[in-house]
Amino acid sequence: MKILVTAKRVIDSTVRVRVRSDGTGVDTANAKMAMNPFDETAVEEAVRLREAGTASEVLAVTLGDAGSEEVLRTALAFGADRALRVESDDPLEPLAVSRALAALVEREQPDLVLMGKQAIDDDSNQVGQMLAQHLGWGQATFACAVRAEGEELQVTREVDGGRRTVAVRLPAVVTTELDLNQPRYIKLPNIMKAKKKHIDRVALADLGVNAAPRLEVLGVAEPPPRASGERVASVAELVERLKNDAQVI
Amino acid sequence: MEQEAYEREALTYDVVVVGAGPAGLAAALELIGGDDAASESPTVCVLEKGASVGAHLISGAAIDPRGLDDLLPEWAEQGAPLRVRATEDSLHYLTSKRAVRLPTPPQMDNRGSYVGSLGELGQWLAEQAEAAGVEIYPGFPAAEVLYDESGAVCGVATPDMGRRADGTPGPGFEPGVEVRARQTGFAEGAHGSLTQQVIERFGLRRDAQPQTYGLGLKEIWEVDPQRHAPGQVAHTIGWPLDQFTYGGSFLYHLDPRRVAIGLVVGLDYQNPYLSPFEEFQRLKTHPTIRPLLEGGRRIGYGARVLPEGGWQSLPRLSFPGGVLAGDAAGFVNVPRIKGIHTAIKSGMLAAEAVRTVLQAGGNEADDLDQRVGASWLRDELHPVRNIRPAFRWGLLPALAYSAMDTYLLRGRAPWTLGHEPDHQRLQPAARARRKVYPRPDGQLTFDRTASVFLSGTHHEEGQPCHLVLGDPGLATRVNWAVYDGPETRYCPAGVYDYERDADGQPRLRIDAINCLHCKACDIKDPPQNIRWVVPQGGDGPNYQGM
Ligand SMILES: Cc1cc2nc3c(=O)[nH]c(=O)nc-3n(C[C@H](O)[C@H](O)[C@@H](O)COP(=O)(O)OP(=O)(O)OC[C@H]3O[C@@H](n4cnc5c(N)ncnc54)[C@H](O)[C@@H]3O)c2cc1C
Ligand SMILES: Cc1cc2nc3c(=O)[nH]c(=O)nc-3n(C[C@H](O)[C@H](O)[C@H](O)COP(=O)(O)OP(=O)(O)OC[C@H]3O[C@@H](n4cnc5c(N)ncnc54)[C@H](O)[C@@H]3O)c2cc1C
Ligand code: SF4
Repeated sequence: MKILVTAKRVIDSTVRVRVRSDGTGVDTANAKMAMNPFDETAVEEAVRLREAGTASEVLAVTLGDAGSEEVLRTALAFGADRALRVESDDPLEPLAVSRALAALVEREQPDLVLMGKQAIDDDSNQVGQMLAQHLGWGQATFACAVRAEGEELQVTREVDGGRRTVAVRLPAVVTTELDLNQPRYIKLPNIMKAKKKHIDRVALADLGVNAAPRLEVLGVAEPPPRASGERVASVAELVERLKNDAQVI
Repeated sequence: MEQEAYEREALTYDVVVVGAGPAGLAAALELIGGDDAASESPTVCVLEKGASVGAHLISGAAIDPRGLDDLLPEWAEQGAPLRVRATEDSLHYLTSKRAVRLPTPPQMDNRGSYVGSLGELGQWLAEQAEAAGVEIYPGFPAAEVLYDESGAVCGVATPDMGRRADGTPGPGFEPGVEVRARQTGFAEGAHGSLTQQVIERFGLRRDAQPQTYGLGLKEIWEVDPQRHAPGQVAHTIGWPLDQFTYGGSFLYHLDPRRVAIGLVVGLDYQNPYLSPFEEFQRLKTHPTIRPLLEGGRRIGYGARVLPEGGWQSLPRLSFPGGVLAGDAAGFVNVPRIKGIHTAIKSGMLAAEAVRTVLQAGGNEADDLDQRVGASWLRDELHPVRNIRPAFRWGLLPALAYSAMDTYLLRGRAPWTLGHEPDHQRLQPAARARRKVYPRPDGQLTFDRTASVFLSGTHHEEGQPCHLVLGDPGLATRVNWAVYDGPETRYCPAGVYDYERDADGQPRLRIDAINCLHCKACDIKDPPQNIRWVVPQGGDGPNYQGM
């Protein structure tokens, strides 16, 4: 089985994201970037499937500018066999990403596309579903366990209030939940080796994809600041305040 | 904690540098690039504990370009992030209501310097170094010094990843890696955790005064452009600190719209009730500072110690298998609060000395002290060596002494004043005056929790605590009983707190997750019972443009 796994470069989850003072977006200057955490889970799962002998090859793909090759180096250090960047300097909307991935699937002929269920920058949760539609493949989203059974994958999905296991026939698209696995600590020697590996590049235009933006961001705002806590002197005062000021009891 | 031996992979370089700050990066660049084409460049690896280069760098920063001029003379054309020249420079003595302008001593004049961010400078230097062939690995701290059979340093090891809190290997356990090298450069910045071990082991401080430190706290604000004057530099002394506490503030107008404001407090302070964090919050309410920040937005917070011992506290800089550079040794010009240009220069000199050893053989770059003595570092640091220690006598006598030392003696006093270690300076709480600080207003002044949040600091949960108590009982018996828990006040991140255990006994609680890696506790703890060790790779603050 050949696996194509996607990895998006996003602002690191530990960075305190700030909205630009003019409200047009978030301030990315000097912000530390990293692989989307859901994609780390997907890459980890792909590499585990290969280590278990279920998969024969793992191809990691990103779409973005030259800087985003950093996440491909990380994927290679995880253990991906190959890496490919679809070159695009402009931010892409989910529809464009999914079209580009569909074109890439035509070229690479993977049996399974593994991807994060969403990217933590825009939280769209759309690319996987759209890709399955373009390809006419089955999909299993929000995976928290994946098991290969012959031509089939048994995927346990996180659903409201519980878990549901579905079987999908390959080829298929699977999107991952964070509790699918615990991504490994990357070893320093593997990072060193990954630095020297080759990364394939494909121009977005060569995939014949219409990437024209279709959405317009009208404004970005920060959530209102949380009011600071207060210390009360006694239980009686607490009850009194909860009743009268907060009006929650 | 004794740990079982694990097979560790080993990698080999000619030189491994610990720390990607200005000192470490300058050393790496000079090692690889200072090349007379004939000889081959050594292989150089830089380990950095921050998740990215710059994530743990914090400074003012008014940067004297002299270091860069020597390192990369074309820095301006190559796009170094020094863009805003210091235009105006002032020094004020503050009382709670007023500000009295003092003459700017010649060594403090900042015109000719640039205001900017050390984090950005570090990132830029790292790019230059990588382009020249240096390998830099952020997220991989050096946790252990390796010694060969002769006792010489032969490299460092990265920490194990995935141990549980009790030290046993967890499910994702990954042992550390040995990075072996002919020479190891320690450029960990002030009070480096491995540097301290090496200084101790090789007795490098035998002929030097003890090191003394200041704790620097800093915020970045975005302010109203109307009140913003790029390039403006201002320093204050006096309020909110008392006459016997050394310290002062800095205020730099960066670009665009950003202002860096900070307070440095000498860690030789005596009153255990003093809280550098709260003094800093109070500083911002001064009538001459408040109007600048009001209506603005605080976007960054951080803290870090800086060495203040000066020339007489510099340890021997070389030892078998390695060298020290930058703040790890203590190259800060204290009256100027500047250590970036000197860190760069000391890194370059260390690199030159190391190259000589690599080429000529031998295992110690033992002419490094001489190289430093013959460089402009001595010309800059030696004359100002007595100014900081004079502040022991109180602010006004010290100012008088400084004026005499600077203008009459011109730094050529036939004496050199000494230092006492900071941890010996606290008075017992019973003899100290309690301090009450105003409550934060959430607009101009904040609590530690809200501040730490801005630093983006993070430590993976479930790992062994990286703040190690030699004897947990000592905290209660000495810190609590005698000094009323000073760590709850000097820690700028609120890591330490006392809670009552089941028997109603006070017990020190450590929230290591919030630690800013400032190193103040390892320095100031009166019984020297707190040891700061490196946590898992990539943990710690995520400073942006600090
Ligand atoms: C509040 C808000 C509402 C929005 N509503 C809509 C809406 O209703 N409809 C709409 O179409 N758009 C909407 N958008 C805009 C759109 O989501 C963004 O423009 C788009 O760029 C976000 O993509 P994503 O990366 O979050 O994709 P996601 O679908 O979240 O990404 C899922 C996975 O796709 C893969 N992936 C995505 N990008 C890459 C890449 N560059 N390289 C490799 N793999 C990648 C990753 O594996 C990732 O885990 C909205 C945006 C906002 C802020
Ligand atoms: C608040 C404040 C204001 C200042 N203002 C100014 C100013 O305006 N102008 C000026 O010139 N100087 C100023 N300084 C001083 C200046 O910042 C320092 O002198 C300078 O940064 C020292 O450089 P360095 O490379 O020696 O150490 P650092 O800059 O501290 O860099 C050390 C690096 O090593 C890393 N490291 C540490 N231990 C390990 C380990 N075990 N393994 C891996 N990596 C490790 C750290 O994460 C860090 O990245 C200021 C300092 C402070 C704290
Ligand atoms: S725990 Fe120590 S090193 Fe960490 S922030 Fe507090 S004083 Fe600084």
